Amino acid sequence: MSKHHVTTVINGEPMEFLCEAQQTLLDVLRDELGLTGSKEGCGSGDCGACSVIVDDRLVCSCLMLGVEAEGKKITTVEGIAEGDKLHPVQQKFLEHAALQCGFCTPGFIVAAKALLDENRNPTEEETRYWLAGNLCRCTGYDKIIRAVLDAAAEIRGEAGAV
Amino acid sequence: MSYLDKATLRVVGTRPIRPDGVDKVTGRANFGADMVMPGMLWGKIKRSPHAHARILSIDTQKALALPGVKSVITGADFPVVTPERAHIGAAPANLRDLSRNVIARGKALYEGHAVAAVAATSQAAAEQALDLIEVEYEILPHVMDVEAAMADGAPLLHDDIFTAGIEPKPTKPSNVSKVVRFAKGDVEAGFREADIVIERRYTTQPVHQGYIEPHACLVSVAPDGQCTIFSSSQGQFMVRAYTSRIVGADIANIRAIPAEIGGGFGGKTIVYLEPLAYMLSKKSGRAVKMVMTREEVFRATGPAPGAIVEVKLGAKKDGHITAAQSILKYQAGAFQGSPVQQGCICGLAVYDFPNALTIGYDVLCNRPKVAAYRAPGAPIGSFGVESCIDELAGALNIDPLKLREINGAKDGTKATHGVTWVNIGYQKTLEAARATEHLKAPLGPNQGRGIASGYWHNAGGESSAAVHVNEDGTVTVTEGHPDIGGSRASMAMMVAEVLGIPFENVRPVVGDTTSIGFSASTGGSRVTFAGGMAVTQAAQKVVEVLKQRAAIIWDISPEAVEWRDGKAYPAGANAGSFEPLDLATIGNRSARTGGPISAEVQINAQGQGPGFATHICDVEVDRETGHVKILRYTAIQDVGRAIHPSYVEGQMQGGVTQGIGWALSEEYIYDKDGRLENPGFLDYRIPVASDLPMIDTVMVEVPNPRHPFGARGVGEVPLVPPMAAVANAIHAATGIRLRDLPMSPPKLRAAFDAVSPKLAAE
Repeated sequence: MSKHHVTTVINGEPMEFLCEAQQTLLDVLRDELGLTGSKEGCGSGDCGACSVIVDDRLVCSCLMLGVEAEGKKITTVEGIAEGDKLHPVQQKFLEHAALQCGFCTPGFIVAAKALLDENRNPTEEETRYWLAGNLCRCTGYDKIIRAVLDAAAEIRGEAGAV
Repeated sequence: MSYLDKATLRVVGTRPIRPDGVDKVTGRANFGADMVMPGMLWGKIKRSPHAHARILSIDTQKALALPGVKSVITGADFPVVTPERAHIGAAPANLRDLSRNVIARGKALYEGHAVAAVAATSQAAAEQALDLIEVEYEILPHVMDVEAAMADGAPLLHDDIFTAGIEPKPTKPSNVSKVVRFAKGDVEAGFREADIVIERRYTTQPVHQGYIEPHACLVSVAPDGQCTIFSSSQGQFMVRAYTSRIVGADIANIRAIPAEIGGGFGGKTIVYLEPLAYMLSKKSGRAVKMVMTREEVFRATGPAPGAIVEVKLGAKKDGHITAAQSILKYQAGAFQGSPVQQGCICGLAVYDFPNALTIGYDVLCNRPKVAAYRAPGAPIGSFGVESCIDELAGALNIDPLKLREINGAKDGTKATHGVTWVNIGYQKTLEAARATEHLKAPLGPNQGRGIASGYWHNAGGESSAAVHVNEDGTVTVTEGHPDIGGSRASMAMMVAEVLGIPFENVRPVVGDTTSIGFSASTGGSRVTFAGGMAVTQAAQKVVEVLKQRAAIIWDISPEAVEWRDGKAYPAGANAGSFEPLDLATIGNRSARTGGPISAEVQINAQGQGPGFATHICDVEVDRETGHVKILRYTAIQDVGRAIHPSYVEGQMQGGVTQGIGWALSEEYIYDKDGRLENPGFLDYRIPVASDLPMIDTVMVEVPNPRHPFGARGVGEVPLVPPMAAVANAIHAATGIRLRDLPMSPPKLRAAFDAVSPKLAAE
């Protein structure tokens, strides 16, 4: 069984890889490209720990095949910070103690960035529904929601008061 | 020296950013499945499709012949763990049972029980090989539920289990592995004294800990027996000890390196994969990586037990409870050892009952062996007792909070299990509950408010810690407990406080089993207590060394040196006049004053201090759909002293949310053949962000005098009250009392239909 050649842009870098037809994008990221920031919690699109942004769309990378990445632009958690400058969502997760074990965190960071790229002023309810595809078993979501709303305020240039 | 006076603290009680935080928001942190080794193989497990079956034969020849397959193992590859070798150190696990849980011998005892494993050069080859392993089974009758398993003539899981704890010693084997009993006073006399007696039966289903990270490990065994284990667990020393016994290796030959752990909640206090990966690696000569699927996590790793809880309470009209009785029957799963004893103790421990009796049954059944889950056993017993207290309050027409104030435990109360309480904060949680705005807030139609309390022991035990002063005056702290929820931060804070230096100058590290002394697992809400005690003592020893080094530099007596605000000062005018010496100066000169400056401490921490909590929950019930919405939730808890308040709040909020899932939506669903029908997060529904409001927290601080900073465990007790708090709120909203978890929409619908057949017909 021959492998497929795929050409993509990952985190701004042009990247080529070979993958088997049945490999998911998550398998490719983790096992072929060494990008282990995306996590597998379920493999069935229920937990969101593998969230990535594909051409401005938030997807579970466990539900997408590696070959489907052909010609696409992909952002993973490793590409959210700019150099040594954290994205406001990352910074606010730290300030609000919005992580405990940290396993779901990459998925939440990616999903929250995707939300704020689309809507800089989400309500608490909009934020809760947007993030309903990301499971966290540690925090009860309280501090995660506060962190995202505070990051939104910072992106809007307002003093966060969450 | 102690640091109980909060006003003197500079670091403890603040909210710095955790030292491992950036790694975790940028994807750098390495969890169990993130490691690789050169030449690594992938291991996969063949599992029983039957709930109970004799294994007649296993043929591995075809699997071994598949290209890429490098080793295949079965139970026959493992040594028999004899009863004398079933225990190691102070760890509670029965390793004879654990060994047979890791891989079946003779019989498969639940659907998903491992019967063989393979290692191959690719995941696809390993999966293909599983299908080529031929297992011949003789299917046996199975039993899933406690009362069926306790009945005469029930299918027996083990022929060598004779019920412990009853006299005379039974001569016939049983699925009841043990009976536990605690009593105080004369419970029958207490019920005779009562003006009102109520007796109720509550049932719960198994629930999974639900950590988002599946179990994962990477194991390499060299031909000389030297072994390295990377794995995600709640204790690298636990992994080392359990693996050594199950595979028959010496502890000194195993180096266990803790990966970051993606949640555990008790479920990663035992091993499933490491011994299998060890044996696959030993046989193949290659490193072996194993990662469970979510389906495997559900089918084969530890849920908390399903149970039956019968509670009887008697009280005077004025609200004084005269007697309490609880009978608990817990599913153990396929091997003995449910947490029924903790359920018995903890349910009653909240109250000052003059007469009480509790009896618990540990019952084997053809389900995965239960594992610890956050205050193991306590949430189930307390769901019964705290619901029944609410029912009693209703029968007496007394405010449920008032009933708890009247009967709640306080200092000097002797609990049913024999402990006399000292320095407990239960009544303070009730006072704080009464003071909340939440309690006074108005409610609308179909809305109701419930209250429930809870207790958990917390744990102490063995911990090690080392504090090293580096040449530039920065400090490295090495501890032995995996950081499951921010404990690196609290360790560094306590060290920074003792040394009088900024938090940022302290770098905490979780050591592997060769870089720090033995430390018991991250569990029992023990790390900030016991680990914190160890790092504090190590830092205090370092302060003594720093004073000696300053004394050498100044050529004065060490007694004439004092340490404050991160510097050595002459203790008084008589000591001489010297410029203060900071950590950097002393660290930089250490070679000239006696060598490296560090201290390692080993302790067996005692005096952990009990944890009490009271929760208030508001719900709104949709009578048409049976859906319950959590409107508002306040968790009040005696936390001793919050070292890093954000992470204490986080423990409370997380525990509450797991409890809401347990209350409303989480359950295992089995078919008639004992096969799990919902092994995934789509059908086993844990709470998501849109299900919840913010979770308010009130941290009551009754310092624990046995800990230098007053800390007591905080992680587990938040899961004890929620199920009853939700049930009591649903009752307040609707008048309907649900006594069977989860209180899912179909059950509410059925309950509405039962009370209002006309409405149902419309």
